[in-house]
This record gives sequence, C-alpha cells and structure tokens, in this order.
Amino acid sequence: MWRDALLVAGKDLRIEARSKVAVGQVAPFAVVVLVLFGLALGPAVGPGSVLHAATAGLFWVTVLLATVLAVQRSFSLEASDGASDGLRMSGLDPAGIFVGKAAAVSAELVSLEVLLALVSSILYGRHLAGVALLLASAVVATVGLVAVGTTYGVVSIGSRQRETLLPLLFFPMAAPVVLAATKCWEAALAGTPGRGTGWLDVLAVFAVAYVAIGAVAFGPLLEDA
Amino acid sequence: MTPVIRLHEAVSLSDRFPLLAGVTLEVAEGEVVHLRGPNGAGKSSLLRACAGLEQVVSGVAVVLGHDLCTDRVSVRREVGLLGHATSLYDELTVEQNLRFAVRAARAAESGVASSIERCGLGGRLRATPVRRLSAGQRRRVAVAVLVARRPRLWLLDEPHAGLDADGRDLVDELVREASGSGATVVVASHELDRASAVADRVVVVSGGRVLEDEGTRGESRTRAACAEEMPGAAARVSAMETGVGGREGRDVA
Repeated sequence: MWRDALLVAGKDLRIEARSKVAVGQVAPFAVVVLVLFGLALGPAVGPGSVLHAATAGLFWVTVLLATVLAVQRSFSLEASDGASDGLRMSGLDPAGIFVGKAAAVSAELVSLEVLLALVSSILYGRHLAGVALLLASAVVATVGLVAVGTTYGVVSIGSRQRETLLPLLFFPMAAPVVLAATKCWEAALAGTPGRGTGWLDVLAVFAVAYVAIGAVAFGPLLEDA
Repeated sequence: MTPVIRLHEAVSLSDRFPLLAGVTLEVAEGEVVHLRGPNGAGKSSLLRACAGLEQVVSGVAVVLGHDLCTDRVSVRREVGLLGHATSLYDELTVEQNLRFAVRAARAAESGVASSIERCGLGGRLRATPVRRLSAGQRRRVAVAVLVARRPRLWLLDEPHAGLDADGRDLVDELVREASGSGATVVVASHELDRASAVADRVVVVSGGRVLEDEGTRGESRTRAACAEEMPGAAARVSAMETGVGGREGRDVA
C-alpha cells in the first residue's frame, strides 16, 4: 500500500508542479475569499473588532472551501480522457491510491494554509501567537479534511452531476474538524494554547477515523465511480 | 489446456440494462481473436467484462484463472486494456506516463525505453507532455503503455482508430509479436480485413451474445473466403456492420 501511495502522490505532485493549478487558481481563490470576508465584516480590525474575534473561524472556512477545489482538481486528473478506467486497471491498491491522493492534496493545502495565515494576520490585524499549536492543529485538521474530501472525491470521477454532490457530502462530515480546528486556533491566537490541547485530541480522533474509513471505503467507491 | 478466457452464459448488467446477455466464449492461450459486430453489439462490454471493469452477475466468467463473478479486481494487473479513451495524464510526459503505468502494474521498467522506440515515440516526443500530442500520437502512447506492461491478456477495443497507416501496421505487428510470445489477444475492430488478417479466429457478437464463432487457427480467413464458406453468416455480418438488417443474437458456441 505505501509503495502505491508514494507512486500516486509523486504522480499528482508532479502534475501539480507542471500545471500549477494550486498556485494559479486555488491560492488566489482562497485569498479572495479572505478579502471578501474582510469587506463583509470590516473595515474595523484589531482587538475588539468582529474580524479580530472571527479570524480563526474565517481562516478555517476558507481552508474548507479551498479543500473542495483541491480535491476536485485531484480527481479531475483521473477523469480526463477516461483515466478513471486507467486508475482501476492500473493494479494499484485502492487504499494506496487513497493515501497517495490524500497526501498530495494535504501537502498542497498545508502550503496554502501558511500563506493564508499570513494574509489573514495582515488583513484582520491578528498576531500569530501559539505557533506550535497553530502548526500542529493545522496539520492534523488538514489530514482530517482531506481524508473526507478524498473519500467523497472519488464519487465525483467522470460525472458532472456528481461533482455538485461533493460539497453537499463533504461539508457535513467536515464540520467537526472545522469546529475543532477553529477552537484550537482561537486558543492559540489568544495566547492560551493550553485550552486548545483538548480540541487537538478531538482533531486527532477525527483524522484517524476519517483516514481509516477512507482507506476501507475508497476501493468500493472507486468501483462504483 | 485451461483457456485464458472462459465465459459460459455470462450476463452483465448496467442499471438493469443488459450489456452481455449470456455470452459463451472460450479463448486459448496465445490465441488472437477478432470480435466483430455492429455498433452496440456488446464488443466493448465483452472486453470490459474480461478486464474486470463490468460486473458479471450470472453465468461463468473465468479469466486468467480469476473468477470474475466473485473477484473482478485481481485480474486487472495481468490484463492490458486499450479502450476508446487513452487513460493518460495530460501533464505528464510520454516517458512519465509509461513509467507510472509500469510501476503501478509492477512490471519491469526495462521495457519502457524499448516500448517508446518501438512505438515511434523516441526523440523529442519522449519528453513531451501528452497534452501537446495529436490524437494519433496519444493513441501510440496508449499502445506503448500496453507494450511496456507486457500483460498476459491484451484486450484491444478499436486499436486502429485514429492511427495513420504506419500506426495501424505497428498495431498489427505488436499483436503478432504478443501472440508469438504467448500472450492472448482479443481485438474488437471494424477494420475487418486488417483485424482478420492477424486473427486466428473471428467471433461475431450481436445483442450482447456470441452470434457466430468461426473456429480456430488454420481456419482463419478473409471476408471473401468467409463468404465462400459461410455465405449466410457473412451476409448477416455484413448487413449488421452496415446497419442494414441484422437479427437478435443467439448462442452458437
């Protein structure tokens, strides 16, 4: 499984390096969303403002939206010119495909989150405190989000109607992860990381559960795609 | 000898619509079979079922020793399917596509370079992203993937489509070479004379069933010879392939 996961992740990252969709489309989209939140809830920034209080939540909602795009992009690679048959005929372990695709999307999203954290810090006037908890929760939450997204993303292969299903299926399952990640970030940004460790445990439980479910469910879902 | 493909009254459904309506067919190791039939006859469905992509819901379906009724995944690593789509990654180069396919199939990477050259994709094409290739060149890459993987069973669905004369000759040569090295090849093609020339046997499919099963090696013939020996069948096949007449399929195997 791990060999196949490395093969798939390497292939997806190589394609991304050449196509630059994450850099050229997903990242600008996410930054625009942060700006729009700023326009809707601003212009006041700094302590006491709505944007200051809601920074963590707005950041994670933005990441949630970017995850949908990144996952759809990841599976659109497999749908072009009938490549989904190629994936099924490849002989790759479905769990390996799941882990590989999830790892590639996670790597892209973690990089994006670094950018978004800096942008939101500047736009919303929020100092990035508790960096260790910010980083740890970001990594674990990203794994959880991407695991759910990848599990449902395979459903969207090769069918335009199914593409619209992805957010509908993904958002409810992602809600606990977004909630826990927001609580972690609120605690870290407030300079009280100790209050966030419990939420980090919650994030870890969801991440492990979603990865396990995805690894098992991906094969049957790929067959039905 | 155990047949590579053994189907008996195999039925495959898609949303209750029958793709295969009781196919009976046996193909021996090293044999080259040409599947004929009109559009919608079930040729592609038959190939996809043999590749484990369509579920066989009743009957017997054993391919390379794998019972497709209970497990249609295991067989895929040993089968090479060239379908209507090329199943390539546009952003990867020709060589990267081949290397990914070969590694995924756990085949020897030593065959990649020779496959690229054999399929006329050497030189600057080797490092060209597939999205920049013409449809015919993409088809050649898909053929090269098949050659590099060296599967035991080749399932070719209209392999000549989109290829120039050299490409068509190349496919025929590769089919002969694969058969010569012990691989089994099933070709669905409307290129009747061309496919029949490389085939040991012609099987006519219609209505999701085998309508005619011409025979085995040594009885291989061109359409003209077929018409001499089986005038009725040849006329029916011609009528079906030109969209005139035809009839409901029946098993004759």
